Amino acid sequence: MRGMRGAPQGLRRRSFLSALDEQGKPSPDDAATCSCGHHHGHHPERIDVGIVPDALISARGLSMTHGGREVLSDVDLDVRRGEIVTLIGPNGAGKTTLVRLLLGIEQPTHGRIVKPASTRIGYVPQRFDVDSTIPMTVGAFLALGANVTKNDIKAALDEAGALRTLDQQLSKLSGGETQRVLIARALLRRPNLLILDEPASGVDFTGEAELYDLIGRLRDRHDLGVLLVSHDLHVVMARSDRVICLNGHVCCSGKPEDVSQHAAYARIFGPHAATALGVYRHHHDHQHDLTGEARPLDEPAPPGRGS
Amino acid sequence: MFAWPDPFVWRAFFAAVGLAVVAAPLGCIVVWRRMSYVGETLSQAGLLGVALGLAANVNLTLAVILAAMAAAGMLTLLGRQKMVPLDSALGLMHHATLALGIAAISLVKGPGIDLMSYLFGDVFAVTETDLVWIYVGGAVVMAATVYLWKPLVRLSLHEDLATAEGINPRLPRAAFDFLLAVVIAVAMKIVGVLLVMAFLVVPAVAARPLSATPERMAVIAAGAAIFGVILGLWLSLSSDVPGGPSIVIALCTIAAISLLAGSRRER
Repeated sequence: MRGMRGAPQGLRRRSFLSALDEQGKPSPDDAATCSCGHHHGHHPERIDVGIVPDALISARGLSMTHGGREVLSDVDLDVRRGEIVTLIGPNGAGKTTLVRLLLGIEQPTHGRIVKPASTRIGYVPQRFDVDSTIPMTVGAFLALGANVTKNDIKAALDEAGALRTLDQQLSKLSGGETQRVLIARALLRRPNLLILDEPASGVDFTGEAELYDLIGRLRDRHDLGVLLVSHDLHVVMARSDRVICLNGHVCCSGKPEDVSQHAAYARIFGPHAATALGVYRHHHDHQHDLTGEARPLDEPAPPGRGS
Repeated sequence: MFAWPDPFVWRAFFAAVGLAVVAAPLGCIVVWRRMSYVGETLSQAGLLGVALGLAANVNLTLAVILAAMAAAGMLTLLGRQKMVPLDSALGLMHHATLALGIAAISLVKGPGIDLMSYLFGDVFAVTETDLVWIYVGGAVVMAATVYLWKPLVRLSLHEDLATAEGINPRLPRAAFDFLLAVVIAVAMKIVGVLLVMAFLVVPAVAARPLSATPERMAVIAAGAAIFGVILGLWLSLSSDVPGGPSIVIALCTIAAISLLAGSRRER
C-alpha cells in the first residue's frame, strides 16, 4: 500500500525550499499517508515534510471546514511536470474545494500549499454556463485581460481544436467547444501546470475521449503537469499516471491499475468499478472528431496514449 | 414653426445626456451581474439619505452616496445568510428603505421640501451648478469605470476563473458599488429614486440584441440612452408630461423595439 503513494521514495527527501528546511523533519512514518477509508485526523507535524523537489505544486495536510462541516481533512498532493494526476471521488468528496484551495480562491483551514515561483497555472473551471446576457465572442474572450496577439489566439484555439469558433458567441457553444475554448484560454497563459475541473461535464462519451486525448497531447507537447478532476472512472483512469481517490481525505492513491484494485476504491465506487479499465481498453478502429464524425485512425492521433 | 429651446431645456438636455453616457457602461454591468434589484434598493436607500441629510444639514449628494453605500453593505451581509433566498431578502430591503425614506422625509418636512421631486426628479429644474457637478463627477466616474472595466467584465463572466487568474474580486466589487452610489445620487435629481435604475438598466437591455462584445454593448447603450433622452424631452415638452417619466417611457419603448427585433432575428 505504501508503494502506491505517488512520489517515489527516492524523491521524498527533505524540502528543497530553504524556508521549509528549518522545519523540515523526516517523515516519522508513512503509515498515516495511506488511510484505507478511515478517518485519521489532522497531523500538523507532517506539514512541510517530504515536499517533492520537482513538484509544480505541493499540498501538505490541507483541511477545510465549511460551516462547521469538515469538507477536506489532511490532504497531501503533488503534481510534477509531465504527469497527469487524476482526482476521483464521489459527489461531495471535496474535489472542487481542493482545486479552489490549490488555485488560491479559498484559504485552507489547516495545512499549506507550496508552489515554486516558476509555476504558471492554467485553469479550466468546471461549469462555464456563460450568461447569454453578456455578449462575448470567443476571440474577445481569449483576448480579455491577456497580453496576446490575434495570432496567439488563433494558435491557441487551433491547438485546442476549436479554431472555427473564433467569431462565435461564447454562450452559443456546445459543451465540448466551450471546454476547448477554456483550454485555449488556459494555454494563452503559457502554463506549466494545467488544472481542469471535470473537463468532460456536458460532453458526450466520444467527445470525452477526444478531450482526454487532447489533454494527453498537450501534456506531451508542452511537458505540462496536469491535475484532472473527475467523478467518472472509465475514460479518465487509463490515461492518468497517478490517481488520487478522494472522499474528504485521500482514501488511496497510486497507479490507475493499483487504485482500481484497492479496497477503499471498491467501497466507494462499487465492485464493478474495478473493471473500469477493462471497459475502456478495447480496440478502436476509428476516432471521432469534435463534431462526432468518425475519422480513420491514421489521421494525426495522440502518440501512444488512449485508444 | 421651430422655436429655439429655452435655456432650461438645454440644461435638462445636457444633464440627461451626461448622465446617460456615464450610466450606460455601469448599467451593462448591473445587467450582467443581475443586480437590477440591488441597484433599485440602493437608489431607494438614497431617499433615506436625503431625509438624514436634511435633518443633519449636510450636502444631500454626499448623504445619498453614504446611504446607498450603507445599503450595499447591508445587502452584502444579507447575502451571507442562508435562511431566505436573496431575492426575498432584497424585497425586504427594497421596501424597508422606501418606506423608511418616505417616513423620514415627512418627519423632517419643512418649507421647500417636495417629496415628489425626490421620488420622480425634475429634469427641468437642473441648475448650472448641477451641470458642473454632473460633468465633473461624471468624468471621474467614467475614468474609474474604464480602469475597472476588464476586471469587472471578467468577474461578471466567471468569478472563479477571474480569481484563479489573479483578480481579487473584492476591490472591483466595492468600487463598483461606490460608482453606482455616485451615479444614483446624481441621477436622483433628474429622474428621482423610483426611476433611477431605469436610466441604468433599460439602455443596456436595448443594446444587448445589437451587440457582439461587452464594449460594443456599453457604447450602443450610451447611444440608445442619448436617443431616449432626446425623445423623452420632446415628449415631455410637447405633451406636458413630467421630464423624468417621459425619458423612461422613451427608453423603454426603444428597448422593447430592440428586443422584439432581436428575438425575431434569433428565430
